[in-house]
Amino acid sequence: MDKAAIIGIGMTKIEARRDDWTFADMAFEATRKALDDAGLTINDIDNVITTSNDFWDGRTISCMAVGDASGASDKNVSCVEGDGTFGAFYGLARTLSGSYGTTLVTGHSKGSQSVSSLITNAAFDPIYERTLGLDMISACALQANAYMHRTGVTAEQCAAVSVKNHGNAMKNPMQQLGMKITEKDVLKSEMISDPLRKLDCSPVSDGCCAIIIANESRAGKSKKKPVWIKGASMCADAYFLGDRDLSRAKSLTAAAKKAFSMAGIINPEKEIDVAEVYDAFGYQELMWLEAMGLCGDGEAAKLLGEGHLDIGGTMPVNPSGGLMAGHPVIAAGLYRIAEVVKQIRGEAGKYQVKKADIGLAQGVNGLCGQSHCVWILGKDR
Amino acid sequence: MAKRVAIVGTGQTFHKSHRPDVNGQELIHEAVTRALTDAQLSINDIDAIVIGNMDHFEGINYVDCWSVDGSGGTMKPIIKITTGGTTGCTIAIGGYHLVASGAFDKVLVIGWEKNSESDTSGAITTAFDPVWDRLVFAGAISGLAAEAQAYMARYGASDRDGARVSVRDRKHAMNNPHAQLRKEVSLEEVLASPMLADPIHLLDVCPRTDGACAVIMASEDSAEKITKKPDWIWGTGNRHSYAYLGDADYGRLTSMERTAKEIFKKAGIKEPRKEINVIELYQPYSFAGIIWIEDMGIVPHGKGAEYIWSGATDMGGELPINPSGGVISCNPIGATGLVRCAEAAMQVMGKAEGRQVPDVNFAVSTGFGGCWWTDMILHGAKKPN
Repeated sequence: MDKAAIIGIGMTKIEARRDDWTFADMAFEATRKALDDAGLTINDIDNVITTSNDFWDGRTISCMAVGDASGASDKNVSCVEGDGTFGAFYGLARTLSGSYGTTLVTGHSKGSQSVSSLITNAAFDPIYERTLGLDMISACALQANAYMHRTGVTAEQCAAVSVKNHGNAMKNPMQQLGMKITEKDVLKSEMISDPLRKLDCSPVSDGCCAIIIANESRAGKSKKKPVWIKGASMCADAYFLGDRDLSRAKSLTAAAKKAFSMAGIINPEKEIDVAEVYDAFGYQELMWLEAMGLCGDGEAAKLLGEGHLDIGGTMPVNPSGGLMAGHPVIAAGLYRIAEVVKQIRGEAGKYQVKKADIGLAQGVNGLCGQSHCVWILGKDR
Repeated sequence: MAKRVAIVGTGQTFHKSHRPDVNGQELIHEAVTRALTDAQLSINDIDAIVIGNMDHFEGINYVDCWSVDGSGGTMKPIIKITTGGTTGCTIAIGGYHLVASGAFDKVLVIGWEKNSESDTSGAITTAFDPVWDRLVFAGAISGLAAEAQAYMARYGASDRDGARVSVRDRKHAMNNPHAQLRKEVSLEEVLASPMLADPIHLLDVCPRTDGACAVIMASEDSAEKITKKPDWIWGTGNRHSYAYLGDADYGRLTSMERTAKEIFKKAGIKEPRKEINVIELYQPYSFAGIIWIEDMGIVPHGKGAEYIWSGATDMGGELPINPSGGVISCNPIGATGLVRCAEAAMQVMGKAEGRQVPDVNFAVSTGFGGCWWTDMILHGAKKPN
């Protein structure tokens, strides 16, 4: 693949409930911010990809509600349904296909208007599984148990993810839920679906994120230094939970391997300076890190306990506060990409990590991490 | 370097109004298997998958993830692209970009729908603004009727003109074993069929169909090794401009006009009527067959009906349109645009059997949907420059 870069990012502040916002208002705000960030006008954008989901939005053809607000009027445009990292992947492909020099990618969600349990229940097989009442939280509880059983990781260790990420979010003004809590608080919080307690789970959130991808020749024309896309890869595992070893994320391992190889990364543990991963639940941060080979199998909890994953640690993970502190579904992966861009540019303020030459962002689609998209971003071309 | 891209195989189900014998994954599997057979490839040769449908028709969330048992997507990259009625065409455009970017060499594109499981009008109505548009918008037919009325008022066309398009497409469908409605209709029958939304009669409009379509795209590195005569993609484009229903210019499809101009200019096509040999038009109702070919630039505004009556768009005419029988004969919505793409590809590849148009150099396929949106692909027999 040819080279491309991210030249603009725009995020709305993630909030629990924004009654004053329509989907279009959110998309417009994020788009406006991304254009300002890149020092471009909408006329500099060659084409647009929106990312949305008809179930979460309660609208058929949900992209229709945000196209114009994302600046797509009279432009070539398409819509990816899935996590924002997948939307960005298609945006990258459209930039590298030679058709368009710049691609604006947006992703939005208003969790406050959605009933998560019904919407995620609709992702299960309508005949065999849906009637069991499974939803994202109960399915991920099965996965958490499987992971903890296989690795011996404890509920206390998973709770430490929540403590770290909620704490990091206190330093990030765009986050919804920064708070100083202890493992004890997590373990005392309401049981949602054993072993997942309320503070093990990411919150319900409203938010929209936009990024601008440019090809090599257009990347130089932005206001700020471009952040280069070194690798991007996606992969889907089997659908039925029973067909997978739920305690492992085989498709994430495959996607990460490909992304590392594109980026020329041989030893990810040492070469990745900062990671923003899809921590919809505390255990997932640990599990995804291990699956990507950012640490040994079953070792993430130990690294976390020793402070290696903190903002000042050897491999900071979710310095932004991650999903744990703000989870606008669909947009969440795009926020991860934008947060890594901030780190590499050195714009992350109080949650800036010391060295951020190479960063990783990850997004998830489907149940219990069935499908993953991994991005490697870098300072140097 | 960006790669040139070609279609090297296509597969379709035998579309029907109701397929209770298969579930969605099995329906998808039928189309995928046929496309792989057509290209003489195995699923192991496929590097990535693009899939699309309309969620609220089947009520299945995260279809990309759910479908892997039917699509063969397990442990492959799979991405869902969806834009309403234009989905089938927009996923083909997605496949094009994934291959052209160099990210993947061979991409499988799948569109599907089981309309028999859906409340189509109910689902479509929720596409529109819940406060301003939804309460006055009664599904797809009412919007199309408004377009036809506006066109008739402006250019003096009649419902007989629309009926002539239905007669053409239903006749063409007789040559296509995959079409759902394979029974010729006469002008009188169209005009005597029940009025759904004035001036649209039952026989002016598309049916609801269960069906799936799969298309395999490959880069220039392997296309000619897979098939001697691939269908080269010369251009893709679309316009999905939307504000509110009242903002559309009823009687003109501006999205078609702008998309066609962009694609024809890029490909160096100056006289589309003479240079294009066949069109597979996403034409959900008969009057679109008159109005939209004007917007595409085939004939001037107001001259569409005359051109249709001349027989120029019939099989054997100057520019056959919808040799497959088109959308009026078959409409598995999420697949419909991809069926147009597959049928255009078959015309270029010389694989269209009983509905083959001779010596096709350029073919056009389109998608329609959303709020007066157009997607378009230009197909060619020669490798693009």
